[in-house]
Amino acid sequence: MATIFIDDRPYEVDDGQNLLQACLTLGFDLPYFCWHPALHSAGACRQCAVKLFHDEKDRRGRIVMSCMTPAADGTRISVDDPEARAFRASVIEWLMANHPHDCPVCDEGGECHLQDMTVMTGHVSRRYRYPKRTHVNQDLGPFVNHEMNRCIQCYRCVRFYRDYAGGRDFHVFAAKRDVYFGRHAEGPLESEFAGNLVEVCPTGVFTDKLFKGHYARKWDLQTAPSVCVHCAVGCNTIPGERDGTLRRIRNRYNGEVNGYFLCDRGRYGYGFVNGEGRIRQPLLREGRGASRAARPAGVQEALLSLSALLQADGPRRLIGIGSPRASLETNFALRTLVGGEQFFSGLARREQRLVGLILEILTNGPARTPSLREAEEADAVFILGEDVPNRAPRLALALRQSVRRGPMAAAGKLHIPSWDDIAVREALQQNRGFLFAAGMAACRLDPIAAGALRAAPDDLARLGFAVARALSAGAPPVPGLSGAMESAAKGIARALLAAGRPLVISGTASGSEDVIRAAGQVARALCESGRDPLLLYVMDECNSLGSGLLEGRPLEEAVDAVESAASTTVLVVENDLARRADAPLVERLFAAAGRLVVADHTASATSERADVVLPAASFAEAAGTYVNLEGRAQRAYAVMPPGGDVRSGWRWIAEMMRLRVAGSPAGQNGAAPDWRDLDDVASSMIDEVRALKVLRFLARPASFRLTGRKIPRQPHRSSGRTAVTAHRDVREPRPVDDPDSPLAYSMEGAGTTPPPALICREWAPGWNSAQAVNRLQSRVGGPLRGGDPGLRLLAPAGMDESGYTGDMPGAFEPRQGQWLLVPLWHVFGSEELSRLAAGVASLSPAPYVAVNPAEERNRVFVEGQMACVAAQGRTYRLPVRIDRSLPAGTAGIPAGLVPGVSLPAWGVLEPRTAKET
Amino acid sequence: MERPLTEHIRPDGAPLSIAEYEGFGGYGALRKALLGMTPSQVQQEVKASNLRGRGGAGFPTGAKWSFVPAEAAGPKYVISNSDEMEPGAFKDRLLMEGNPHQLLEGLILAGYATGADRAYIFLRWEYRRSADCIARAIDEAYRGGYLGRDILRSGYSLEMRLHVSAGRYICGEETALLNALEGRRGTPRSKPPFPQLSGLWGRPAVVNNAETLSNIPHIIARGAEWFRGLSRCADGGTKLYGVSGRVKRPGAWELPMGTTIREILEERAGGMKEGFVLRAILPGGASTEFLLPEHLDVPMDFDSCMKAGSRLGTGTLIVLDDRTCPVGMVHNLTRFFARESCGWCTPCREGLPWLERILGSLEAGDGRDGDLDILESHTRLLGPGHTYCALAPGAMEPLQSALKCFREDFERHIREGTCPWR
Repeated sequence: MATIFIDDRPYEVDDGQNLLQACLTLGFDLPYFCWHPALHSAGACRQCAVKLFHDEKDRRGRIVMSCMTPAADGTRISVDDPEARAFRASVIEWLMANHPHDCPVCDEGGECHLQDMTVMTGHVSRRYRYPKRTHVNQDLGPFVNHEMNRCIQCYRCVRFYRDYAGGRDFHVFAAKRDVYFGRHAEGPLESEFAGNLVEVCPTGVFTDKLFKGHYARKWDLQTAPSVCVHCAVGCNTIPGERDGTLRRIRNRYNGEVNGYFLCDRGRYGYGFVNGEGRIRQPLLREGRGASRAARPAGVQEALLSLSALLQADGPRRLIGIGSPRASLETNFALRTLVGGEQFFSGLARREQRLVGLILEILTNGPARTPSLREAEEADAVFILGEDVPNRAPRLALALRQSVRRGPMAAAGKLHIPSWDDIAVREALQQNRGFLFAAGMAACRLDPIAAGALRAAPDDLARLGFAVARALSAGAPPVPGLSGAMESAAKGIARALLAAGRPLVISGTASGSEDVIRAAGQVARALCESGRDPLLLYVMDECNSLGSGLLEGRPLEEAVDAVESAASTTVLVVENDLARRADAPLVERLFAAAGRLVVADHTASATSERADVVLPAASFAEAAGTYVNLEGRAQRAYAVMPPGGDVRSGWRWIAEMMRLRVAGSPAGQNGAAPDWRDLDDVASSMIDEVRALKVLRFLARPASFRLTGRKIPRQPHRSSGRTAVTAHRDVREPRPVDDPDSPLAYSMEGAGTTPPPALICREWAPGWNSAQAVNRLQSRVGGPLRGGDPGLRLLAPAGMDESGYTGDMPGAFEPRQGQWLLVPLWHVFGSEELSRLAAGVASLSPAPYVAVNPAEERNRVFVEGQMACVAAQGRTYRLPVRIDRSLPAGTAGIPAGLVPGVSLPAWGVLEPRTAKET
Repeated sequence: MERPLTEHIRPDGAPLSIAEYEGFGGYGALRKALLGMTPSQVQQEVKASNLRGRGGAGFPTGAKWSFVPAEAAGPKYVISNSDEMEPGAFKDRLLMEGNPHQLLEGLILAGYATGADRAYIFLRWEYRRSADCIARAIDEAYRGGYLGRDILRSGYSLEMRLHVSAGRYICGEETALLNALEGRRGTPRSKPPFPQLSGLWGRPAVVNNAETLSNIPHIIARGAEWFRGLSRCADGGTKLYGVSGRVKRPGAWELPMGTTIREILEERAGGMKEGFVLRAILPGGASTEFLLPEHLDVPMDFDSCMKAGSRLGTGTLIVLDDRTCPVGMVHNLTRFFARESCGWCTPCREGLPWLERILGSLEAGDGRDGDLDILESHTRLLGPGHTYCALAPGAMEPLQSALKCFREDFERHIREGTCPWR
């Protein structure tokens, strides 16, 4: 701790900060632009000027920039000094000289940091009487709108895009007053983090282009704390709704998870909520055969037909198939309805085993999973068999920071404070800490990696086992290891041993249990060597880990069960089975199912086959709990009430339970729980599932009140919104009740700051932009006051007895006439729901097959021409792509883009001759 | 009077070849230092010579070198700041075109004294002739064994490259020069860290002005005491002074440090042209404050100029006569500074163009009440410490002194609604 004096009063502040950060933490309203808590100091805007005094006798002092001055013990400053105030107002006057003052038509208006800071300095009148500078704007693609005239040249955008996120197609051009931020030529921004410019920009240069399509002022948006559903990272978000449509997604600060940033898949993938594919009322299909049409039905009719099914079949004839993208509560409700034996996870055996194995390693093994913040602090990273940038983008952004950890010490030796970003980057240059990326193909982290290796899954696993062996003599040797592989393994082992906080990352991308096991053994070997390694597994979906904890059975067993008992009713909840397994297996299930009931929010290949379709709520309309890759359970809340017939997945299941109880003879099934709200389901779940006991402490019950009132989802100044329905009835409608949370669909309610997990919007008096989060943190840039939301479910058991497995695959052997088809992941395209958003779809590749011409047999394939791919009993015609990073013996298929094939798989490739095409 | 820097420069200005340079004793200092002195002895000698930086700031050269950590492993750099772009200055060009080997020898000695293994000459883009001369000289020096591995079998090695700038005034600022040399945007950096610790590509670097470096061989060859004796003041050596404006013989001359303005103006430049009366002088280039005829006897050295209320700067005087509008002159200078702002910090990027426009309005007869207040307040708002580097504070020096010295001229522009010199 250091004591600093601000306007002659002493304050205790943390060591190692600059004065701006210290002042903001203390609650001073000190305006700033170029500084950002994650990007640190640049000293460019000169807005945060304060008066610095030499000692207590010094009354004259001198102007310094608080962001560039350490808050060292004994520092004496004045924030209130008239000269400092006048200078700060002058900076605004300069910035306003060319700012267009188009706030009424600017999307940023009402949540603009420039507006806030202008008001804060008190600058009100204009003296500059000359024409304003103007710029030509660029089309930057589907996500980000560009309006350069508004620019105040704070350089945050370029510092975020290039320095922080590693983007290359965005820069600052020209000089003097003509400084221009954009691309060298128009075109979509390449970085999957480009959407953060919207929040990083302190004014309206970069705004949300999708939001512009259905714009609403911030004060007209209804918002609630939510969790992103587009990958396993579980970034915290604030969706905004108006008039029943989801308008946008903003970042919600969680110091342990996503901090200040989201990826564009999470920010712009919400289109499905409003999409044409939305299921908004029950559908019934009668008869058999592909031609039967769906008929919209009322809720009562749908329930009636369900009740007939439920009673005719009895409990044994009903099986439930859950989903890794449905909440814990919905999965648990399904399991309760059908019983554990009839509950299937919704994953095929391979994926199921991968998740199961990950859970086993994380609970029984010695290594701990890191939060993203901890991953960012790792100083050596070994990625084994994962494509982090495409599968867990926000984690990749964290890794871009972790490679700076090690070299940072060098800056410290030069007495450069860690917040002096420009000087730190100068001192560090291209020096990076250790990151090794071993995967099936090139990865966007390769350019910052100390080493990269591309290999088939079996060889990736062998590399991992070899690293474990190099770390510990207790680990079994890898027979027949190539010299290159051995030296790579030794290099990795050396770097991990030398690190203070080594991090091992693996996951389900390669579809290989061996890879996952090998990563676990690397972590184990590090533990044995007295290190405290971190171990993180990337998974496919937002609740992969959570649904894994409910221990459902794999899809293959569901097929067996359905085929062995005639006319079984299959209830699928929030899942498209066509994406989970190969087409023949899924077809068998559909063919054998007596009746297929699907509850989902979006039409899919599975719902197209259902006899009964029930409209389920999306994340935007339902509260639920999701467990991210770290094992952190997080509660997401509905941002709007589910309109019409739509209900949360678990509510449909609860209805079915009631139907079954009602239809059964007295006494039978009478013990079925009567769930009325989410708390009921959650408390049953906590009682029944041991692994979830700790969830008791996760979320406030719906009965929670703050100063006796619910927490409003709408901001208090919700002006015109109360008149929205006035053309029908001048009386304001009663707010829709929300039985599942302490949040209200209203602007009425508690006015004080709620507990961190219930923060519906980041706002504080005088702070209307995203920067308001300063006021909600216990230290600016640190944890939220009251602690960052979420509860970690997994804790390592310590060094167990199980030891190492000697069970490892032999070296990968390419097959004559066959290719191992490996999945290639795309941040835009591979994920099911985000792909339904037009912007994401426009950036998604079309299906293709990738081959490496380094292999002789692949030279017959020509880029852009069609090839035939035969695998798992099906044939696909796909255009050829050249990918020189693919290992010999393999070909690449874009994950999630070619339905019906379950990857990796062996297949046959044939070029289409000119005659055929 | 001794003129070590320029005495051998040919009247036609053609560069001295290496043979000619050696004939005048050139590279003797290098031989002496490399074979007979330790790096710290070289540093000591330069410290003792009281040589102060000739780029404008006047920082003692020996002290600057001493901040380079001796133990730092890995590359270290010495750089000649040959990006001479201060309006009114043309002194470095004279040295680089006339005697490029003198600069090279100085740079090699600076490298030896600081333990550098790479040297760069960062040259102004427009100095095409200098570029040719230096490129040829570097080539000759390599062939003569004065550059490259194991120079003169001393065990010391130094590689030297010429880098021609992309052409911005700000790149003459030490840290912006380093950024430009790294291939980044030419924007300054804040200090600390100082370049001697983290300068070029994160490694120690020393940046010295070309004239400063040209003095080094003479200090080493003839000693600090001799060097101090060249001067008429406490700062050692001679100085290249220049005069531009309506004088009879504009030019540049090597004179003892501390020569008075009167001597330079009247004896060397031949006094004012017929029909022109001296009104004021910018003593050290565009970013210094005006001195008036009453200051003619001020000696042109760092401390005396400071005492008189201005700065020695580059030592190249710009003369304002009575038939030139002072507002127009300041407008012209401000236009230059506004154009050359790198655009990094707000006061400079937005403040200077505003001032330029107000001054333009005054000149165009569109001056308004309150304009002078805006000008005046900006001379304080754009002061040292308020901006990221010294460009804007430098730009304020002529403006602020003009507002003092020529207040009446400014007011007449507004009162009369026109420029009285039109």
